[in-house]
Amino acid sequence: MSPATRSGRSPGARASSAGTVDWRSVAPAPVVLVVGPEDYLAARAMDAVRSQVRGVSPDLELTRLDAGSYAGGELLLAASPSLFGERKLVEVHGLESMTEEFLRDALAYVAAPDEDVVLVLRHAGGTRGKKLLDAVKASPAPIVDCQPLKKDADKAAFVAAEFRGSGRRIEREAIEALVAAVGSSLAELAAACSQLQLDAASTVDAATVEKYYGGRVEATAFKVADAALAGDAARALSAFRHALDTGVDPVPMVAAVAAKLRTLARVAGAQGSANQIARELGMQPWLVEQAQRDIRGWTPQSLAEAIRAVAEADAQVKGLARDPAYAVEHALGVVSAAAQAR
Amino acid sequence: MSVWADLRGQAHVVEQLRRAAAGEGLTHAWLFTGPPGSGRSTAAKAFAAALNCEVDDVLARGCGVCEGCREVLGETHPDVVFVRTEKVTITIDEAREMVAKAGDRPQAGRWRIIVVEDADRMAERTTNVLLKAIEEPTPRTVWMLCAPSPADVLVTIRSRCRPVGLRLPPVEDVAALLVERDGADPHLALEAARAAQSHIGIARRLVQDAAARERRSETVRLPLSLKTVSQAVALAEQLTRIATDEATSSNEERGAAERARLLATLGIREGDKLPPSLRAQVRQLEEDQKRRAKRSVTDSLDRTLTDLLSFYRDVLVIQLGNGVELVNSGLAAEVAEFAAGSTPEKTLARMDAINLTRQRITTTNVAPLLAVEAMAVGLI
Repeated sequence: MSPATRSGRSPGARASSAGTVDWRSVAPAPVVLVVGPEDYLAARAMDAVRSQVRGVSPDLELTRLDAGSYAGGELLLAASPSLFGERKLVEVHGLESMTEEFLRDALAYVAAPDEDVVLVLRHAGGTRGKKLLDAVKASPAPIVDCQPLKKDADKAAFVAAEFRGSGRRIEREAIEALVAAVGSSLAELAAACSQLQLDAASTVDAATVEKYYGGRVEATAFKVADAALAGDAARALSAFRHALDTGVDPVPMVAAVAAKLRTLARVAGAQGSANQIARELGMQPWLVEQAQRDIRGWTPQSLAEAIRAVAEADAQVKGLARDPAYAVEHALGVVSAAAQAR
Repeated sequence: MSVWADLRGQAHVVEQLRRAAAGEGLTHAWLFTGPPGSGRSTAAKAFAAALNCEVDDVLARGCGVCEGCREVLGETHPDVVFVRTEKVTITIDEAREMVAKAGDRPQAGRWRIIVVEDADRMAERTTNVLLKAIEEPTPRTVWMLCAPSPADVLVTIRSRCRPVGLRLPPVEDVAALLVERDGADPHLALEAARAAQSHIGIARRLVQDAAARERRSETVRLPLSLKTVSQAVALAEQLTRIATDEATSSNEERGAAERARLLATLGIREGDKLPPSLRAQVRQLEEDQKRRAKRSVTDSLDRTLTDLLSFYRDVLVIQLGNGVELVNSGLAAEVAEFAAGSTPEKTLARMDAINLTRQRITTTNVAPLLAVEAMAVGLI
């Protein structure tokens, strides 16, 4: 891992801050600001700071504060020099709901921080306390930005970095399998990484991932709908069962299939290029293109048939049938067959 | 004017109730049934007025001019309670309240009367709460339940009530009522009564509201231009949107006024922050409003689908050639052309599709848009 990757701040801005620091390479400083909604990364960053400070001075005095229930003066009390000269680490959580007293005390402290104290501020996002955030950004304090990893590529990079960080190797296929299996929660993905490092003797390959995480695929309602509309009944049914097992309710599943069919029906009747149709119907162009690709296997009768079957499944999952899962499976079968009517 | 004047075309019911009010065959629980718009709640109200009428002559009870009659008809009589809901169901708590109320002695009139106008909107569990009270009421209490058909209430309730069956009044009677009571134009009243298929409330709305007439004539024309699946899906969206718009526009103003009134009651000025201890009350109101909005969307959609159904009914009438009068007489030429292009079997299948969707929308919690889409593709 390279040392502190610093994102280039625009030269026009006040360049006094140490800037944004990657969460893996954060180092103790008088004030460290951890912002962003991804709690897991924030926790890792704060752990890193804590263990580094503890490494230097084992007799560390640690204080945790909650900015949401903060009463005046606590920060000063926690950050004042100790009688016996231990180092002090103050972690403040919940800055997104900070009290006015905290804002006042923190602004005063950040303007003149104590060099012997490490103050870590955690702000999960939102506009509350913007004045304080701006003050920290203008100071030389490092800022850790913890944004959620949305794309599969980002998650794969995360897994690769986890293994690189502990000097272990993992194959590319194994990364992909792991992200597909437990990628929805970053904390779960990280836990899987450390578990695999303990379980596997040498390089982690796809077979090892398959051994421990095989058979578990995270499927969303839209994955199920996509498979059914492409006419792949087997994939749709297995994805549906996986989705049920990973906690997706049958009701949104039906809604997803219905939404896809609706798009298909609307696009089927429209004339012109994908962009024109998208403008006319108020949809995303890529959605229109996907629907135009999907529509080839359908006939008007089969489309009508599919819509009727899904409407029936909707009534059934809402109490008309004893087994909602079967109702959805039946509808998926009808939709998949209808998608290959031509 | 007698309290029975508003009950048109229901001579046998009026006779039965009049005799009961005179003391012959009065019982403690009554079940008023009849198709929507036939005047179930009007009949129950008239009966309640007659029971608490202050005239001494028992045969003239239900005079409509004494204080007792006027108070009941104006729903201000202290002994007569009207229970109706604007939500989807009557809750069990409301039912318990009714039972407690039914135990009170009448204060002013002769009878304590509970009129449940939406007895069909009670879950089985809720109805069971009433069971005991209806079975063994206090001596001076009379229950009146209203439902579209006897099958809509539990059999255990049904067996404890004396039935009053109202029929759908003839179109001419409805038109005459609209002319006399609301001063409508006779020609317009007849047309509205026919279009509303004798539903008195809807007929009156059609007479009074030109926009409603316009919306209805648009709705019945929809099948004429329906050819492809895309059109069907677009049509479904249009129907659902019209219903939602109609429901929200009437609800929003009322909701805001209710909220303002509640905040004033709680002593909070406009723009003040809501203290946490009072939030639950405001949330309760908002939830009630949401339930009411949902009910009005389904009601409005159901009305639209009924209008649509009348088109296919006319098509079927022509296809079967039995000479029954058309509901949409203004559309006779188009209906005849449409009828020539299909078969009675097809028309019946389409009517089934509409009825299935109406049933799903009103009895289960389905997504209205999807249900209407499924119906629309069935109409092609």
